Amino acid sequence: MKSKKNYTGALVVGITGLCAAAVVALVIIVMANIASEGAPKLTWEFLTGAPTEGMTSGGIFPAIMGTFLLVVIMSIAGVPIGTITAIYLSEYASSKSVLARLIRFAVNTLAGVPAIVFGLFGLGFFVQFVGRGLDSLFTGDVELRWGQPNILWASLTMALLTLPVVIVSVEEAIRTVPRELREASLALGATKWQTIRKVVIPNSFTGILTGGILAVSRGAGEVAPILFTGAAYFLPHLPSALSDQFMELGYHVYIMATQSPDVEATRGIQYATTLVLLLLTFALNFSAIFLRYRIRKRSVA
Amino acid sequence: MLVQNNSKTIEQTDKLGRHEIPAPRSGFSHPPKRAKQDDSLTKKRFRPSEFLAEKLITFVAFVSFAFIVLIFVFVFSEALPIFLPQEEKIAAAQQEEQETYGEEPSAQPEKKKTQSVEFSEGEATVKNLLSTSWQPVSEQPKYGLLPLFVGSLKVSLIAVLIAAPVAILAALFTAAFAPKWAKEVLKPAIEILAGFPSVVIGFFALVVLATYIQNTFGIEYRLNAFVGGIALALAVIPIIYTISEDALGAVPKSFSEASLALGATKWQTALFVILPAATPGIFAAMLLGIGRAFGETMIVLMATGNAALLSADPFEPVRTMSATIGAEMAEVVFGDTHYNVLFLIGSLLFIVTFSLNAIAEIFIRQRLMKRFGGAS
Repeated sequence: MKSKKNYTGALVVGITGLCAAAVVALVIIVMANIASEGAPKLTWEFLTGAPTEGMTSGGIFPAIMGTFLLVVIMSIAGVPIGTITAIYLSEYASSKSVLARLIRFAVNTLAGVPAIVFGLFGLGFFVQFVGRGLDSLFTGDVELRWGQPNILWASLTMALLTLPVVIVSVEEAIRTVPRELREASLALGATKWQTIRKVVIPNSFTGILTGGILAVSRGAGEVAPILFTGAAYFLPHLPSALSDQFMELGYHVYIMATQSPDVEATRGIQYATTLVLLLLTFALNFSAIFLRYRIRKRSVA
Repeated sequence: MLVQNNSKTIEQTDKLGRHEIPAPRSGFSHPPKRAKQDDSLTKKRFRPSEFLAEKLITFVAFVSFAFIVLIFVFVFSEALPIFLPQEEKIAAAQQEEQETYGEEPSAQPEKKKTQSVEFSEGEATVKNLLSTSWQPVSEQPKYGLLPLFVGSLKVSLIAVLIAAPVAILAALFTAAFAPKWAKEVLKPAIEILAGFPSVVIGFFALVVLATYIQNTFGIEYRLNAFVGGIALALAVIPIIYTISEDALGAVPKSFSEASLALGATKWQTALFVILPAATPGIFAAMLLGIGRAFGETMIVLMATGNAALLSADPFEPVRTMSATIGAEMAEVVFGDTHYNVLFLIGSLLFIVTFSLNAIAEIFIRQRLMKRFGGAS
């Protein structure tokens, strides 16, 4: 009887352990496959060159640049709004505030909305509504300048998508600022706003940075919202104005793997682009994890 | 700033009634009046900068809330024209007809017939939306949402059926048996998996997984619901694992201690005490996983073959709701019926994911209530 029980026990531990090992193995297989197939093509020329010969050779510099511009504009638009909202939620809103509760509910809901729905919103609201509106206001519908997909609308769409990430992470960081610091500042005669500006924000700066990095990592990896708000298949030049379209790494992978004339011939480029995208998001995520670890350590100490 | 601070502290002490300090230098403070001094201790003084900062911050918070509301309102309102102006359109068309009838009365019955046929099949009536074929770009467009909905459901279910056992058992392993080193391997692995951009998983499924599955199972179609489901499982595993592990970890220690004290072994405790106690949380994790799978776009767009077939066979290509939006939105004309139907699909996606998340939230809350109820 006892030995039978031991067998079952070993079986239970074995099966659960196997599942855990399977998860780790999956991650390793995917990463190893992409790294091994992508690494040979990953040269300096590939990173700094433009696609040539009808996208069958050359580099991905425009896509890297486009991704960079996308996340920069996205951060400029999204991080301040997210940070200020987080400050409102943690510093100004009382626990009974209706607005604060509404914001929390909206943020929770927003975090669960599929990325493609943001794309729909970006197209319908930014491109068609705001863009067309601007066009008819300034040029009288003669010229289509803002009423078409471009990098500004794509970035703003992405900023909305990443807003919950920023708000949640900044709020968490603000909460780790010890109450004694705030009280000391107020006791010295500083006003509430002075306390926030001189004590709370500097002390939660790492958290704001973490929020920004996580948002950038999310934004760099998502493709669905920019499918029809600004990403382009191929452009001969880099975007020079906010009303230009742009190339993007994730979109490049998607389009090269599914829509290009000869999918097999460009397999190497696809793998290398995927590897670049993967490395980029990893680098961002790891720095965010590291910063968060430092914040947590401080809040414990 | 230092000087400013100093003057502020002087004011403060002045309010407290120390007369040896000279009159406040700050511009907007009143000269001290004895009768009102008690008031100034309790009453907040009006500071324009404070007022402005608070109002501005509240305003920005409101703006971010307004934008979130705008998303919902806008996506739904763009889908509405399908249902609303149908009668107007028909009425307008009939008026036009009547104008021409005056000139050629003989053509009247014939024209009316063709018109009504066009409206019942060409436009997105409710009947058309419920039909079983999705052919938006044809002479008589058919906007049957059924194959798309079934496609989404099929792929999501396959994904969760694969992901849930693996993720939940792995979470149980972490919570009950895992030695420290195993946890230190598993946690980063899950975080890395969660950080994979969906287009990367889609690419892997398209290039490696699809070929592998076709070769092992000998299936006719390279890209099908099964491949898409497995790929989606990769995206869903981190969600189910993380929330299940939270739920398992939240089971009070007294439960497992009591079980162990009664002579149960470690695995019996894990399987018959910890796992059942965490059921609501695990159920919530699965719901959230389905929600994520339902709304995911890039993976299914790349790995499922995108043919709008209505079948139950997991090895046939499917077209999901999200992939339909992703694939067709770039080509539609603004304001067209097709455009509105795609927004309707978006609204449906939103409603489904929102309800799943809301139900999951209820389950998570329930678990917390139980936990606190048990502790007190």
